[in-house]
Amino acid sequence: MSENIRIVENATCTFCGCVCDDMILHVDMDEKRITKAKNACVLGRAWFAEHTIEENAPAAMIDGKKTSVAEAIEAAAQTLVKAKFPIVYGLSDTTCEAQRQAVAITDYIKGTIDTTTSVCHGPSGLAFQGIGESTSTLGEVKNRADLVIYWGGNPAESHPRHFGRYAVTPKGMFTPGGKKDRTVVLVDVRKTKSSPVADILIRPKPGKDFEVLWALRALVKGKRLSSAIEQQTGVPLTVLQDLSDRMKRCRFGVLFFGMGLTMTRGRHFNSGALLALATDLNEFTHFVAKPVRGHGNVTGADNVVSWQTGYPFGVNFSRSYPRFNPGEFTTVDTLANGHADAAMIIASDPASNFPKKAIEHLKNIPIVVLDTKCTETSKDAHVAFRTSTYGINTAGTVYRMDDVPITLRPAFESPFPDDETILIGIKKRVRELMFERHAQDASDATQVAARA
Amino acid sequence: MLTTMRIVNGKVYDPANNIDGKIKEICIQNGKIVDSVPDDATVIDAQGMVIMPGGVDIHCHIAGPKVNAARKLQPEDHRHDVHPSTPLTRSGTGGTVPSTFATGYRYATLGYTTAMEAAVTPIGARHTLEEFHDTPVIDKGFYVLLGENIFLQTLLREKRMEEFDQAVAWWINATKAYTVKLVNPGGDEPWKGKRNSNVSDIDEKTDEGLSPRAIIEAFIISVNKQGFPHPPHIHCNNLGHSGNYKTTLETMKTAGDMRAHIAHIQFHSYGGELGKNPTSKAAEIVEYVDNHPNITCDVGQVMFGKSTIMTADAPLAYVLKGHSKGKWVNADTECESGCGIVPFQYQEHVYMHTLQWAIGLEIFLLSKDPWRVILSTDHPNGGSFMSYPKLIKLLMDKGFRHEEMKRVNQKALANCSLRDLDREFTLNEIAIITRAGPARALGLPAKGHLGRDADADITIYDEMDDKEMMFNTPRYVIKSGVPIIENHEFRNDLIGKLLHITPEYDKKIETVVQPFFENYYSIEFSNYAVDDSYLHDHEIITTGIAKG
Repeated sequence: MSENIRIVENATCTFCGCVCDDMILHVDMDEKRITKAKNACVLGRAWFAEHTIEENAPAAMIDGKKTSVAEAIEAAAQTLVKAKFPIVYGLSDTTCEAQRQAVAITDYIKGTIDTTTSVCHGPSGLAFQGIGESTSTLGEVKNRADLVIYWGGNPAESHPRHFGRYAVTPKGMFTPGGKKDRTVVLVDVRKTKSSPVADILIRPKPGKDFEVLWALRALVKGKRLSSAIEQQTGVPLTVLQDLSDRMKRCRFGVLFFGMGLTMTRGRHFNSGALLALATDLNEFTHFVAKPVRGHGNVTGADNVVSWQTGYPFGVNFSRSYPRFNPGEFTTVDTLANGHADAAMIIASDPASNFPKKAIEHLKNIPIVVLDTKCTETSKDAHVAFRTSTYGINTAGTVYRMDDVPITLRPAFESPFPDDETILIGIKKRVRELMFERHAQDASDATQVAARA
Repeated sequence: MLTTMRIVNGKVYDPANNIDGKIKEICIQNGKIVDSVPDDATVIDAQGMVIMPGGVDIHCHIAGPKVNAARKLQPEDHRHDVHPSTPLTRSGTGGTVPSTFATGYRYATLGYTTAMEAAVTPIGARHTLEEFHDTPVIDKGFYVLLGENIFLQTLLREKRMEEFDQAVAWWINATKAYTVKLVNPGGDEPWKGKRNSNVSDIDEKTDEGLSPRAIIEAFIISVNKQGFPHPPHIHCNNLGHSGNYKTTLETMKTAGDMRAHIAHIQFHSYGGELGKNPTSKAAEIVEYVDNHPNITCDVGQVMFGKSTIMTADAPLAYVLKGHSKGKWVNADTECESGCGIVPFQYQEHVYMHTLQWAIGLEIFLLSKDPWRVILSTDHPNGGSFMSYPKLIKLLMDKGFRHEEMKRVNQKALANCSLRDLDREFTLNEIAIITRAGPARALGLPAKGHLGRDADADITIYDEMDDKEMMFNTPRYVIKSGVPIIENHEFRNDLIGKLLHITPEYDKKIETVVQPFFENYYSIEFSNYAVDDSYLHDHEIITTGIAKG
């Protein structure tokens, strides 16, 4: 370890959707690595510690061969402009500034843009469009919530500081006793590392979340239920009645939900049932709900794509205006159906986690990749950029799972350019190429008109 | 692309400089209006056309967290109203809550060049500024929600007024806002902390020991003392409730002779008993405004059709959810605000909706001083800004107005004076309520007029009998001297700039605010204030001594 240590206070960890902004980073400026991340959880510590710079790695490659960034930008732009159905995907692990450029490029090339939302809380996005949502920022949970329910998630392992920083133990304005002032309920089909935090643990049968939620809605509205509900769901009626009573009685209740709800059978019906339950409860008390989002800036991606297009993900521009159709324009589908004929993947690795059929097609089309490291996807890329890591090397904006935007404080410089810079380069070149095409189209049209 | 330009032969409406339809040359250089330009300047022949300053929207909801939530909420609203790209401009979607690019371009296609987002939580300022960066052509600013700020209320309760002033100024600087916004003062805590209840009287003492009036008064005094160019922008208590005109009058009286702006005053001009159908109190409200030059207001006209309710007045949105019976968003912001969103329809056959429509028109038509009664629909709450041309026609064309009146709820019409009002607005008056008036109320010296050194934000309309068509289709729109629209087509694109203020404050106030933050916010104090990297192009409007 060198003597050249820099301390960065109030830095932000972008590993998960908690986006904790109270990191104190010790940075070894000679070795270009973070030696200590105070306040970080186990995931955050690994995120910071494992981040080293591979100095000798090329910043840009075409077909596996090292090249200049400028040439790679040219090749990327040509690839995207030539394609008839280009797709852009990823975006949840980069800054809003880069996401804005990605949407712009997709608009110019009349392509399809989608984010990792479509494979995590996409169903919650659809449920939101149907039901709405009563929600709040996490500070409000800390200050006010006396009933905290987690449904279909395991934050102890996926969002380790969710309990301590936001929802279970922190002392807030109206919860001066911290955990003592709260009742914590965990609804999950299995016991997890999160279970010990719960005062009440409810374990429905797998795939029965919708039924449990619907039963609760009925009970909240004062309807009578048959005790057969236990056979259906694995949860005794008395337990449901007790939970319903607690929900109506609390002063400020919150339902956090995870992918155990959104990615099991029922999907957006499950999320919708939960959002509807939280909405119903507002007839009796103040109640909010919130998806516990995964990637560091997936919430930013939802926001940026929404403000630029009106829709949160799965957006197609082939008719020169945004169209939204999950199932048609979501990336697993555009790949598995064989529609996509070129792809730009930003800060994501679909080749390692998509369904087989989608991966097979991805391997058969030219790919442009922007990533901070070598990935399964970048290995097969036509054009691969190595970019700097957001929050560690790159400043910019990240949205926490509750839509609170936070500005990043980078720890040390990377020799690699950031996503935004590369994307601005591609955007500029794409615009030029598209202008040429418009001019050509216009001149062709004039000639056709002249002949006619 | 700054152009030197001379516009000749056009009929100029520039009420701030007492020019009412005179044929006059307008010269532009370096983005500003000048007295003369060299002979080789580009010439626009505006023969048969009407020249006005670019429109200024003093109250709309176009960017930030609640607007984006409303966008996400309503794919059905976008699908039928798409906004295709051109080689020069980005694509988007419309409906009552358009995407950012569509918002900027559509304002431009109406001849509007400035718009103020009327309600942003401090913690959402960064988000709003990011959206502004993607909202082209128009200049824009926002009003920051400070009325329900728990820390500021604590200072008030403890009568620490010196620190209160400092903290208000700090918050304005930290968020890059244009002025202070108050929404249903005192209503947040009952909503969030007391099972979705609300305050109902301006003098009601809440458990926190502060009445809505005390909050309103404190902000009016502080902002006037600090000389913000635009006074507190106030959404009064009891919005939409029968009998609320008394609350509105009391709110205005609280200002005494200090400046205050009452937002969407139409929604606050109802007589009658709570829980029963309202009656019109437009005359009483207009009389007070007419006689008190310290008060400005925007109307918040209701237009029939689709709207989207989006408001920091969360209890109100919940009431409306009960009527619309559809989807609903509630979004609480820690220590700062509440928020509600409800897709909504104003329907001609509904008594309440017709009365709201009629009261808005009454307020316009009864007002004696158009400078202080400004055109707005509280976009998208009363209707989209895209309906401004129709609203202008309703004001300018009594024949059209009477035709429209045949289609609405007649019982409601019988309960107001709209049938008896024959006034027709002139083009000069339209220029006042859409340009000169809002610019003056906002304290924007370079906006809303065409005198020397004004920003070269200019709209040129073909003069037509059908005023809706006229105001829907400007032939030229020039923004900061750049021709954006020429012969109805987009020729250039611009980002537009942020308008904000930077009142002075003592840095020591940060040490007073910080401990509260550490206890009750969920982000770090040092990550809260918005830094200059979010400004893009911007202009600081001078904060000065108190104005009359």
